[in-house]
Amino acid sequence: MDFVRHIGGESIDILTRIGRIFNFLACSIYFSLTPPFKVERILKQIRFIGAQSTLVVLLIGAFTGMVLGLQGFHTLNRLGSEAFLGPMVALSIMKEMAPVLTGLMVTARAGSAIAAEIGIMRITNQIDAIEMMGLNPFRYLVVPNIIAGLISLPLLTGMFDAIGIIGGYLVGVKILGLEYATFFGEITTYVRVDHMMEGIYKSMSFGIIITWISCYMGYYTGSSGFGAEGVSKSTTRAVVLSAVMILVWNYFMTSFLF
Amino acid sequence: MIELNNIHKSFGGHDVLKGVSIKVNKGEILVLIGMSGYGKSVILKHVVGLLNPDSGNVIVDGHEVNTLKGRALSDLRSRIGFLFQGGALFESMTVFENVAFPLKEKIGLDKSVIEKKVHDVLEQVGLSGSDNKYPSQLSGGMQKRAALARELVWEPEIMLFDEPTTGLDPIIGHAILNLIEEIHNRLHFTGIIITHELERVFKIVDSAAMLHEGRIIESGRPDDILASENPLLRQFLSGDTEGPISYR
Repeated sequence: MDFVRHIGGESIDILTRIGRIFNFLACSIYFSLTPPFKVERILKQIRFIGAQSTLVVLLIGAFTGMVLGLQGFHTLNRLGSEAFLGPMVALSIMKEMAPVLTGLMVTARAGSAIAAEIGIMRITNQIDAIEMMGLNPFRYLVVPNIIAGLISLPLLTGMFDAIGIIGGYLVGVKILGLEYATFFGEITTYVRVDHMMEGIYKSMSFGIIITWISCYMGYYTGSSGFGAEGVSKSTTRAVVLSAVMILVWNYFMTSFLF
Repeated sequence: MIELNNIHKSFGGHDVLKGVSIKVNKGEILVLIGMSGYGKSVILKHVVGLLNPDSGNVIVDGHEVNTLKGRALSDLRSRIGFLFQGGALFESMTVFENVAFPLKEKIGLDKSVIEKKVHDVLEQVGLSGSDNKYPSQLSGGMQKRAALARELVWEPEIMLFDEPTTGLDPIIGHAILNLIEEIHNRLHFTGIIITHELERVFKIVDSAAMLHEGRIIESGRPDDILASENPLLRQFLSGDTEGPISYR
């Protein structure tokens, strides 16, 4: 009987959490679409999530393109199809690598920081202080992050696309000796704008996922532990759950939408 | 007017409040005294709806707080200033930005008016020249004064002070209480103060209540409280370690 009660209790607990997390998203979307908009705060978060992630995204983008160029060249060379290196690098990067790796990198860099910052605000009553002023904490803490994520991730993904292809070009053309015209000529033949847009749409959804999960985990710090330990758990959960959701959601987007 | 009627509240099976009733008349200040960790802050959080009672009700100016939601609750809160125990300053903002925050976001005043009001209130709490410092660059006492400035700057109708003098040296502690008295004389806000600075606070409040083990064991005018024969109250006021209150 205890076992049944335990299973029932756990099930209700899980369903409650799922309900709360989606309710959090619904509230975030509602407040994102209704004024007043905290433009200054949104710009600040775009700087934090987007501009300050640029360097690391360019770095991983370049090396991802280079390793794709290297592996792709040797694999295609065995089949005598090395002319297709350009499209292979470009399509891999645009459709999958750029949105997913950018999402994971932003999760690690900005998602963890967002969860920690909001978590600390929770345990030091700063969120209560905002509420006590009759103001809505969502508008100050959650909405700016979600809008900033929605804007920043596609821009970072676009940069990843460009630098990744240049990385592939450097290895394929400059180091391994493929013709410049072959590399880029085949790209223009096989790669269309909508291929790039697949990655951009994905990255927009990842921007929402990262900021939604990170804000949620920070906002409800205290339900998983108290003080510094609670913030630490919230941050870890934000990173793990965001990363898992990016990969799972990426699969479903690829399989059903594109 | 603030009225708490028969409030019960428990956390994780532990009863913190066991039928607390308090009344603070409009324009008066009540001091809430009692041992640390006995639920005084919990009472304040009920007044503003940050916590809801398991049973009983809280009425503020005719509104039953625990039934308010959304806009109605925000409207009520926008008339209440709350000084949190730890100050709850926004750590990513300077002192100036912290104090200006309610004026800018709540009231929407002009920049020049905000600047004047912020500088005036910072001078009142003795923090002139600290405008550009961040909370982490201030001492505990300065943080508390900055937090007090943030609440006083927008002149709320109701003020709740959760240990405004704790952690301050006696001079600054008295200065803070003097400031509260001065502003009360000017604004006539309704307020509740939680403090252990008993000698000074009894001179500025209109009534007092002592919370012990989840119940109000004594309440009344300050003179009545000071003259009370209640052994719990006598021990608390004298600070004796021997008596009916066990601190272990």
